[in-house]
Amino acid sequence: MVNAKRLGKGRTLGFITLMLCGFLSAAAQDRIRIELNMGQERPRLAAPDFKAANGDPQTAPLNTVFNQVLWSDLDNAGIFDMVAKSFYPSQMPGQPAELNAKAWGDPPPNAGVITFGNLGVTSGKVDVQGWLYDVKNPGAPQILGKQYKEDATPDNARLIAHRFADEIIARLGSGIPGIAESQIYFVSTRSGNKEIWQMDYDGANQKQITKLGTIALSPRISPDGSRLAFSGLTKEPSWQIMMYSMDLGRTVAFPRQGGDNFSPAWASDGTKIAFSSTMHSGLSEIVIADANGAGTRRLSTGKGDVSPVFNPKTNGQIAWVSGRTGLPQIYVMDADGSNVQRMTDQGYAVSPAWSPNGLLLAFAWVRNYGPGVLGGSDIYLMDIASRQIIQLTHDGGRNDFPSWSPDGRHIVFQSNRTGNEQIWSVLADGTHLQQLTRQGRNSQPNWSFK
Amino acid sequence: MNKSTSNRIVVLGVLALLMVASGCKKKETAPPPPPPPKPVTATLSANPTSIEAGQSSTLTWSTENATDVALDGNKVDPSGSQTVSPTQTTTYHLTAKGAAGTQEATAQVSVQPKATPTPTPVPTPTVTDDQLFAQMVKDIFFDYDKSDLRPESQQALAQAAQIIKQKGWRVQIEGNCDERGSTEYNLALGERRANAAKQALQQNGVSADALKTISYGKEKPQCTESNEDCWQKNRRDHFSLLH
Repeated sequence: MVNAKRLGKGRTLGFITLMLCGFLSAAAQDRIRIELNMGQERPRLAAPDFKAANGDPQTAPLNTVFNQVLWSDLDNAGIFDMVAKSFYPSQMPGQPAELNAKAWGDPPPNAGVITFGNLGVTSGKVDVQGWLYDVKNPGAPQILGKQYKEDATPDNARLIAHRFADEIIARLGSGIPGIAESQIYFVSTRSGNKEIWQMDYDGANQKQITKLGTIALSPRISPDGSRLAFSGLTKEPSWQIMMYSMDLGRTVAFPRQGGDNFSPAWASDGTKIAFSSTMHSGLSEIVIADANGAGTRRLSTGKGDVSPVFNPKTNGQIAWVSGRTGLPQIYVMDADGSNVQRMTDQGYAVSPAWSPNGLLLAFAWVRNYGPGVLGGSDIYLMDIASRQIIQLTHDGGRNDFPSWSPDGRHIVFQSNRTGNEQIWSVLADGTHLQQLTRQGRNSQPNWSFK
Repeated sequence: MNKSTSNRIVVLGVLALLMVASGCKKKETAPPPPPPPKPVTATLSANPTSIEAGQSSTLTWSTENATDVALDGNKVDPSGSQTVSPTQTTTYHLTAKGAAGTQEATAQVSVQPKATPTPTPVPTPTVTDDQLFAQMVKDIFFDYDKSDLRPESQQALAQAAQIIKQKGWRVQIEGNCDERGSTEYNLALGERRANAAKQALQQNGVSADALKTISYGKEKPQCTESNEDCWQKNRRDHFSLLH
């Protein structure tokens, strides 16, 4: 029941949440929680600021960046019970000899694990030493010891913090790699028209990628991160799947198809692309093609089929949106077009996103759509096997385009809750809501595969 | 000497001369008939034949065997030329009289109104294809999340089809949606709306080759407020004439 309560707890414990908790059993919520790779036991982690190793003028500012990013990464990971800094003992260790394990392991901090270290700039290089210790195991306390050396820039201080955080998360988080070095691709209007942009997972380092000059939509990064597929409006005009090489830094050739073609999706092995196309009937249908765009095959013949996404665990199934019965609903079919199943049965359900472990679908849903009852669109999670659904966002506005982090513990989405569309991220249990963009209008986030 | 006396002397003199010329032959022959008078000819031409008001043209004429030549009643030389500056289109008459009769010739100088400074009299309204297209092929509107044609849209498209066929126009049909709902799903909905109009135009005899569809989803709203009035304006097919 403790976990059930935690799942239901968004920013506001709204009426709908109460209803959901009412008909969803605690067992079902626990099951979803496990499917989110968020175990029931969360290590209690202390993360005192790293110490300045010397008096170089660059040491203090870089150490500040490092400490902020490391804390944020660990806190955002969603797998730790972070010990509040107000409980910390007065003496901060900068290296193992300075660690008083008992002071950290006893109440009030009552930490299970502690990470600590030091940072210093010497001759233009930033040098970081970091450790992870089990404070309850005096016999063999060290879990991790790492050293990093890079050119002394704020970006590198940030990068080292991400790398060290990912080491800790991988060690304590069931072996699932951290996401601190992952990227989020999205659509932004800040250049004057819709183009594809890129940012770090925490919203840092936002930069423009495409310069199409018309309209670019629906970015989807390839599993290896080398190519970015998106929908672009040509001068003709028609919508075409376009391909941007992250390695070459420019758009590369991709076959043009008849009609309009949009909303691409990658198979997780990088060998196939699915997208929506009007090439066959004049209406949007799901087609599948090789990664180079050759050999398109028609998978669906509905009217208004769009937003395909592969089951990344197997690549044997595709979820998508169809308006074949009226308002759009989520469907799942085998990757050859057979075995079509309807997954939602009411409201306006769009933008499916398949979790990395293949067990969950995130989607956007105006659940109680009806004449005069036009509710907001919220993000929901569905356990595919049981079809049980929990609501992730409760804070109003139109929330759409969920996309899973590589570790399956976070979701990024767009929301207009502040008045215009911005990108937000949230832990998949509904906590740690963060706004990542603020400039222009930003939409359709897509989290990298790794 | 009166006239009859002198005539008689002339006639006698002519007879005497004729007798000498004949060698005083005894055989008497009838006198040959007088030669027929030569035919009268007349030509008249104008160069140039068309002028603007204020300009002039040269009339040139020639006659043969005429004793009396007049241009529009004024006696002139048997052949010659004259410059004229008529203010309106005028036909000139040449009359040539001779022993064989009278011959007439005409030449017309047409006068155009002055091109530049003369104000054009009441211009005939010229309608461009773009204007005609905009008058005849108007936006059609849809219900929320629907791509079915309303009865008035079907009627409008049936009429539009006639002029599209008659003019041989090529038309781009642009499906649009209101701001609500998903960007991607609205692209699909816009395709359905564009396709619905295409089907209706085809059923009314417009060739599929003359019709191109595009969905703009909710990317090109013509109204940006968040209310039903505005949403209704955006749930539409817009038609463009392809050139």
